[in-house]
Amino acid sequence: MTAGLKSIPKPAAAAGGARRENNRFSKWLNKEGSAYAFLSPYALLFIVFIVVPVGVAFLLSFTYFDTIQFPTFIGLRNYIALLTQDEIFMKYVLPNTIQFAVIVGPGGYVLSFMLAWMLAQLPHIPRTILALILYSPSMTSSITMAVIWQTLFSGDQNGYLNSFLLRLNVIQEPVQWLQSPEYLMLIMIVVTLWSSMGVGFLAMLAGILETNPELYEAGSLDGIRSRWQEIFYITIPSMKPQMLFGAVMSIVGTFQAGAIGVTLSGANPTPQYAGQLLVNHIEDFGFLRYEMGYAAAISVTLLLMALIFSRLAGRLFGGEE
Amino acid sequence: MKRRFFRKSFGLRNGGINPSGFHPSQLQFYIILAPIVLFMVLPIVFIVSTAFKPTEELFIYPPRFFVYNPTLKNFGDLFNLMSTANVPVTRYLFNSILVTAISMAASVVVSTTAAYALSKKRFKLKKTLFAINTVALMFVPIAVTIPRFLIIARMGLIDSFLVHILPALAMPVGLFLLKQFIDGIPDEVIEAAQIDGASDVRIYWRIILPMIKPAIATIAILTFQATWNNADTSSMYINIESLKTFAFYLTTLTASASGANTVAGQGIAAAAALIMFLPNLLIFVILQSQVMSTMSHSGLKG
Repeated sequence: MTAGLKSIPKPAAAAGGARRENNRFSKWLNKEGSAYAFLSPYALLFIVFIVVPVGVAFLLSFTYFDTIQFPTFIGLRNYIALLTQDEIFMKYVLPNTIQFAVIVGPGGYVLSFMLAWMLAQLPHIPRTILALILYSPSMTSSITMAVIWQTLFSGDQNGYLNSFLLRLNVIQEPVQWLQSPEYLMLIMIVVTLWSSMGVGFLAMLAGILETNPELYEAGSLDGIRSRWQEIFYITIPSMKPQMLFGAVMSIVGTFQAGAIGVTLSGANPTPQYAGQLLVNHIEDFGFLRYEMGYAAAISVTLLLMALIFSRLAGRLFGGEE
Repeated sequence: MKRRFFRKSFGLRNGGINPSGFHPSQLQFYIILAPIVLFMVLPIVFIVSTAFKPTEELFIYPPRFFVYNPTLKNFGDLFNLMSTANVPVTRYLFNSILVTAISMAASVVVSTTAAYALSKKRFKLKKTLFAINTVALMFVPIAVTIPRFLIIARMGLIDSFLVHILPALAMPVGLFLLKQFIDGIPDEVIEAAQIDGASDVRIYWRIILPMIKPAIATIAILTFQATWNNADTSSMYINIESLKTFAFYLTTLTASASGANTVAGQGIAAAAALIMFLPNLLIFVILQSQVMSTMSHSGLKG
């Protein structure tokens, strides 16, 4: 850092020079131009690949669009159909999504906090090794892992889980794990939890480690007597921002993981819609039935759900600080 | 008396957060963590084990989890395999490496410049723009697959190499982490440089960049994971077989592995999965301390 400072050249002559154009634009350019210049490459990509797609999804959701003819405006009909006529949505997709999201979202979040907290109680070297092991599943992509899951949960007696359970006499005949409506959701949840200790987990681990140790000493003088009290009265309040970051990451991760059912079972729709989540419903209508307007309405619903849950988390962990 | 006992057994100095050495009170955590860690690591052990299994061990009944006579045959088979379109595996691998390398470099440039502006420059829309980026943290890319497809098609990016790279560069999490990290650099440092007459570019290049190396490492890793593991881009936007990536090739292996020769294909697919996974692991192991120091700046205010 000091090296960087030393190497800065002698004062440039132009620094104090007067450039007092009356032109408002060049004044603005002088003052703020360079900021926008630095910002523009990112801003451009951000607009093209995030803002515009969201905007297009929003606009399309009010239209009928079959990709061939120009979209025709139909008002709120897509949303009304989604809420009143889409039997699959109401019967399978919505309950599935809620079940999946509630367990993987808050469940995974609490799990990653508890794991991070326990790791923080260990010395540096074992902590680093264990954190690496817990984090590494999140580095695998769900698509590459399909190889592994399909082998482990293979439906014949050669499948690893089947053969293991058969030998223990837990089951009498092989189970079609990934094709059976009863187990698919459970496996989806387990697999997603397995790979959910990602950036949010690391952030919370860092947050716990950063907590000022004097707070704990003060706390013990003030009569905090159990580890649980310590967590609720000291650790969490002093790392609220990291808690919120972790929460947002886990919410987005949960919705982003929606394709897992199709990846595991190899079919969209999933067997008897057992693993059908919002994301699959979008693809079903968008890419298989070419009802883009309707698919866009589901997209908007999904985005709104992520936003609302994140806002709720913000309520929980936001506040004064 | 009670308190003294508490202090002794769960004492906050010898136990507690970030202890410097072993203490018996840590045993309980090891005991709870052990089964979880085992569960987390087993699938990864399984990839490694299966990747080195000879054919007979893949067919063995009852199936065995661990490999007994490891062999490199699966890797050899993988590289001798030709895809249906006569594209060698090495070509997919080359594409992946190229795409990932360019994306990492470009992402670092694009995100650091923007983060510098959002953190240290003064302009009217600064707060608003950062707030927009923070909302975008809650953005779920998979939800807008279809509009994205329409836009990319309209821009003529279908079947171009750029489509692997450009969408990965708009990464709100990356910008967020960088901006928070740069906030930690005191304004005085920048002001001192300005008084010395340093230009913006010079401040960015000579002061900011050297001071935010941990955050740069983190962005690089996040971009790496996003592009290296990405099979969707190839399957959606690329029709020319020789422009597709290794991650995509792996999905074709899984698809055919569920077909007729399920068992025989397992070893090859596992070998490919291992090749996918190892670079992720290596990069993270090398840079993990940098990532952790970035993450302590990750706080999000509600």
